[in-house]
Amino acid sequence: MKKILAVDDSASMRQMVGFTLKKAGFDVVEAKDGSEALNLAKQQGFDAVISDVNMPVMDGITLIRELRSLPDYKFTPLLMLTTESGLDKKSEGKAAGATGWIVKPFNPEQLLAVLKKVIR
Amino acid sequence: MSIDLSQFFDVFFEESFEGLDAMESELLNLEPGKEDQETINTIFRAAHSIKGGSGTFGFTAVSDFTHVLETLLDQIRNGQRQLVAEHVNLLLKAVDCLRAMLTALQAQEEPERQEANELKQRFEAILNGENSTDAPEQAISEPEEQADLPITFQIDFKPLPYLFKTGNEPLYMIAELSELGELETQALHDEVPKLKQLNAEDCYLYWRFFLTTTRGESAIREIFEWVEDDAEITIVQCGGLFEEPVEQVEPSDTPQSVPAEAEVPVQTPASSKTVQENKKETVPAKDARKNTDPSTTSIRVGIDKVDSLINMVGELVITQAMLSQIGEQEITESSIAALQEGLAQLAHNTRDLQENVMRIRMLPISFVFSRFPRLVRDISQKLNKQVELKLIGEQTELDKTVMEKLSDPMVHLVRNSLDHGLETPEERIAQGKDPVGTVTLNAFHQGGNIVIEIMDDGKGLDTEKIRNKAIQNGLIQEQDELTVDEINELIFMPGFSTADNVSEISGRGVGMDVVRKNIQALNGSVEVSSEAGVGSTFTIRLPLTLAILDGQLVQVADHTYIIPLISIVESLQIDIAKVSNVGKGLQVLRLRDEYIPILRLYDIFNHKGAREELDKTLLVVVENDNYKVGILVDDLLAQQQVVIKSLEANYQRVDGISGATILGDGTVSLIIDISGLIKLSGLRRPGSSELLVDLKADEGIPA
Repeated sequence: MKKILAVDDSASMRQMVGFTLKKAGFDVVEAKDGSEALNLAKQQGFDAVISDVNMPVMDGITLIRELRSLPDYKFTPLLMLTTESGLDKKSEGKAAGATGWIVKPFNPEQLLAVLKKVIR
Repeated sequence: MSIDLSQFFDVFFEESFEGLDAMESELLNLEPGKEDQETINTIFRAAHSIKGGSGTFGFTAVSDFTHVLETLLDQIRNGQRQLVAEHVNLLLKAVDCLRAMLTALQAQEEPERQEANELKQRFEAILNGENSTDAPEQAISEPEEQADLPITFQIDFKPLPYLFKTGNEPLYMIAELSELGELETQALHDEVPKLKQLNAEDCYLYWRFFLTTTRGESAIREIFEWVEDDAEITIVQCGGLFEEPVEQVEPSDTPQSVPAEAEVPVQTPASSKTVQENKKETVPAKDARKNTDPSTTSIRVGIDKVDSLINMVGELVITQAMLSQIGEQEITESSIAALQEGLAQLAHNTRDLQENVMRIRMLPISFVFSRFPRLVRDISQKLNKQVELKLIGEQTELDKTVMEKLSDPMVHLVRNSLDHGLETPEERIAQGKDPVGTVTLNAFHQGGNIVIEIMDDGKGLDTEKIRNKAIQNGLIQEQDELTVDEINELIFMPGFSTADNVSEISGRGVGMDVVRKNIQALNGSVEVSSEAGVGSTFTIRLPLTLAILDGQLVQVADHTYIIPLISIVESLQIDIAKVSNVGKGLQVLRLRDEYIPILRLYDIFNHKGAREELDKTLLVVVENDNYKVGILVDDLLAQQQVVIKSLEANYQRVDGISGATILGDGTVSLIIDISGLIKLSGLRRPGSSELLVDLKADEGIPA
């Protein structure tokens, strides 16, 4: 089973992403900010990471940069959740090593469709 | 896969309200010009989360509105725009508006749009203002083009060597392309180097696809959206409808674009049918709000509380196992001893469990306190007063149900302090005071009570004015001599107001009597103390929890009543020599230097067969609202904690009774409401807190 790390400071988004992915047959671990996610990612391997950008403690862009610098996450799909008003973050995220982005708001179907681009 | 989003609504609303609270309190901390980045970030994140969530869960009214807030905050955060006081005021209004919208949505109602639209326009006016350096919002997405008839595209996709290191995988893109229609793939490998020079982490392959699809170019572009900067991509229509040629899009960075006519034979479909229907996906009707009954409010409980409950239940299970083991044995003297020990342990565990379960409903009083910074700010602005609000003991815990009912009386008291208590800066300076007045909210535990003080350092209550007003209203007589405390107490009388004018802030018909009534409904009390020129303090005392009370069981005739232990001052045998008749059938007991009126429960509740001789009965002295009365009972039984059941909910309201409980033997016992009982006894003038007899005067009653 592919294992995905879902990072968001909003509990409802986290639940929604987690629930959707689990229902689609993924193993999901949730984290509430970048720093928690980074620690988890160092302890266990993930097949993909989906992270919000705006979070307290450590934001999503920093998380992606940190993850990409780890040998274990050199090729791992790292997706960022962004909003349409934060699209300029896109290039910042790409520069940090993000694989792609998902624009909020999205529904569960869109999330899975997007995820198909990087993990099967 | 279809997922019912409504299951996430509760959490969404809960966190959104939390987010709004956080926004509000951070906004109140903001000083334009001196804003700190982390504060702005916190506010931004809250707005951002609400917008993301509301968009995702289909509350578009909220997400549309939050969008302008977020944009403004983002500009401030990025230093594109200077924060000014106007922004803070507008943002605070927006917080209120969002709260109202979310409350409506939670109740499954359509939110009021008008205010939101007005506020939104004001935000947009700021955003479009000339000092903005921000480019106008770009369109979010174009409608998806869809053709009825298949079109063939030639797609050239040449990733840059580092593609794998972005986490993207060409294989998955090819798979996705194949889902769009009929796909022919050519993998080109002429750039793969010799093995010695090959770097396994780089991508050397590139591809040419021919895709026949009805989905249009944008669907193809979408697949490569993430890698457009990491690859050379050319998409050219090379077959399909003549009549509606799709514009060629050639990214400037693609040198080797292929002519449209190349290689693939042009398909010529029946040319007359060229009307393109723009099929819009029909969105399923949103029936998604069913799980959000506002009455099913939830509370967040610290995991430590849950852990300790689990521990305790564990203990209980062990005790139960022990007892059932004893039960299976033959009864001997030693097994009885073990049984008793087990029962004692059971009692201990049950009590622990009960206390901890009660703790679950306990929340820090900061839930109430947190609304006051905003309130004080708004009111002091209206009144042109300078006020500093101090909050002390915010972590003091209080039952959630009590908390909900506490906030209105507190708001009233704080408003009063600001309006009547505190002076204007000029008046304060004239009196040698700091022009900034202070209002302090202080919460702490005292015994089984929680005490909340609302203090101000204003001018204090004007006793002369109160006295005159009371005489005017006929509450007291001209010749009545009252102590300062007694005069101050008058403000809690129904209909009493010292405000000369009904202002916007206070005096709107809700008097202090309502405050007192509301607090008494919680089995609490409120008192005032005040010193001219120094300030006033209102003290609210509340039981920690509503559902359980420590009670004294008393026997009257063949009935058992419960008197709240907390009201009991003492219980004593009556010395008949100290009892006097004071008329109207009322007797008082002289106790030290006080006279205690004697209330006969059997009279009030019409019981036959109670002991009437004073020397054979007991007197339970209770205190309520600073008055002491004695309740005559046949006997004192045990003291125990009782679970309060509402009589109103199960039967009807009964004067003098605050509720009922079920005793260990299954009988129902009524809990005495002291202040109701005093009223019922006729000891007090209707609508007055004064006792009919003046019990404090030493003279007039023969000892």
